[in-house]
Amino acid sequence: MLEVLLGGLLLGGMYGLVALGLNLQYGVSRVLNLAYGEFLIGGAFIAFFTVMSRWQLNPLLSLLASVPIAFVLNWLIYRCLMLPLVKRAPDQDALDADVVLVTFGLFFVLQGLALVGWSGDLRGYSFLAVANPFLSTHFGLMIAQNRLLAFLGACGLALALFLILRHTRVGSALRAMTIDPVAAELMGVDVRKLSALAFAAGGALAATAGMLVSTFISFSATTGVEYTLKALIVVIMAGVGRVTGTLAAGLLLGVVEQMGGYLLDPGLTLAINFGLFTLILLLRPTGLFTRA
Amino acid sequence: MLEWPRNNPWTCILLALGVLALALLPQLASSYVIQLCISIYANVALATAWAFFSGTTRYISLATAAFFGIGIYALAILHEYLPLPLALMAAAVAGFLVAVLVGLSTLRLRGVYFVVFTFGLTELIHQVVNWGAIKSRTVTRYIFTDASRVEIYETLLAITLFTVAASWYVSRTRLGYALRAIGEDETVARHAGIDTTRVKVLCFAASAAVMALVGAVLTLQYPYVDASIAFNNTWSFEVLIAALLGGPGRPWGPAVGAIPLVLLKDQLVGSLYFTIALGLCFVAVVYVLPGGVAPLIERWYRAFDAAALRQALRTGRLPEGWGAGWGWPRRLKLGLKAGLARLNGLWRL
Repeated sequence: MLEVLLGGLLLGGMYGLVALGLNLQYGVSRVLNLAYGEFLIGGAFIAFFTVMSRWQLNPLLSLLASVPIAFVLNWLIYRCLMLPLVKRAPDQDALDADVVLVTFGLFFVLQGLALVGWSGDLRGYSFLAVANPFLSTHFGLMIAQNRLLAFLGACGLALALFLILRHTRVGSALRAMTIDPVAAELMGVDVRKLSALAFAAGGALAATAGMLVSTFISFSATTGVEYTLKALIVVIMAGVGRVTGTLAAGLLLGVVEQMGGYLLDPGLTLAINFGLFTLILLLRPTGLFTRA
Repeated sequence: MLEWPRNNPWTCILLALGVLALALLPQLASSYVIQLCISIYANVALATAWAFFSGTTRYISLATAAFFGIGIYALAILHEYLPLPLALMAAAVAGFLVAVLVGLSTLRLRGVYFVVFTFGLTELIHQVVNWGAIKSRTVTRYIFTDASRVEIYETLLAITLFTVAASWYVSRTRLGYALRAIGEDETVARHAGIDTTRVKVLCFAASAAVMALVGAVLTLQYPYVDASIAFNNTWSFEVLIAALLGGPGRPWGPAVGAIPLVLLKDQLVGSLYFTIALGLCFVAVVYVLPGGVAPLIERWYRAFDAAALRQALRTGRLPEGWGAGWGWPRRLKLGLKAGLARLNGLWRL
């Protein structure tokens, strides 16, 4: 039972990690990026090629390449593709409709390119795939190092993001934009520049999450959409623009999924996932961790 | 909107002849053509049904695959117990009932939440059906029917024609105006005395019934079905893009979009490039053709001066300023320009 709970927490940490970037993108720049998972898979592939290269480098080193690439690509996507839509949209509803279509298109294009370039094979590599010695000797818990790394990465990134948003000047501008973009602009915030920045940072977070997740889950060019969906579920559960809420919602989802699978039936985990999501969407469409 | 051809006997006769030609097609064409036509009809019916609700009210639904799959499963289960026509009816009723339940609980979600919800709902139904199938040891359900390809063709043709005609008819009734009013501004519509919930749920369910029926008819040609065939998300996306490419604001728009997409898919099927082409279609629709192809066609139709042409046919001479003054290229150009002027206009779904 404790093992199941811990497994749920670790899984939930991963969900939170995956959703952080999407929440930053959707919360600040108000653009729902459905091609999000593709950048995650891109990060995973770069890590894979780093490990499989001639020098067999540490996958953590791949972040040096994947984070800047994802940052620049996402910045370009926002500047070139999203900004014209933001400019012409009369209201948020119309913008949402446009953006959903364009990013779906982007998702198909990126997935197609990934399939052409990297084929549809399932890839994976082994990194830190041993039980944590401290936890196994002192508590008798078998927890793989790589999962622990992803969990700690999730907590670290969420904490860093929280501190940046809470204690820096850019952070307060970003928070202001989450609450009311028009008022923020009137207060002298350069909304377009910061939206692009937040969007790009969200993409970079996706690539980081992809690298961390790829250490223990195998992936292929077509698995990106699963992460997009998971991230979307977590973001909507947490409430748009809530950083710590994202981590909490991820943990909740992970625990409920594992416990449900354990108590009811392992075949139902995905159904439980979507069931929880639909329930929250119906009862509290603005998210669990928002002020009413 | 193009005028209802009631006052124009020639249009009526042409339409009737066209329908007759389509109905007689299986007597002449090869089975490849018939198969292609079945695919086209299915997509046209689905896209029209989708646009009937989502195009007018701007509630973008990704639950097409859910209702489609419900139709498939209803038929796969019931065709062993009921005669085929009854099983088909039951499939449509099943889609209708599920949609009423879904609609009553969810249609207060708007915008992106509705999109995501319908997508999640499809996955939820998929997973539950899959789990049920595994538990009851019927992961693949075999279909035993003696329906021939021609019968499937004729049934689908009838369903498609009915869907397009019904969508056209409803768009001209009070219900059609109510739907459009909801799409423009739901609060205003409610204040104008429209029972928005009833209208939305009813139309959502009606479009779902058509989707379920199309799914059920298509099932007849498969040897077996399973959950991942029935609840395949690709259906939702293809239908969505077909409707948006054609123009969801017109009853005949989705048909215009669905036909080229099916032909494109037929050429590229199995190739990775279909996903890329589909993606580029999505992007192109948003940037280049907001509103779809239908408004463009309509402008061309208006720019085309029917009276002048008729006179030219009667007198055997081109009217003033047609041949000499490059009149018709100018008209065409004006029509094109007017259509492209929408580029900078507001994008309405």
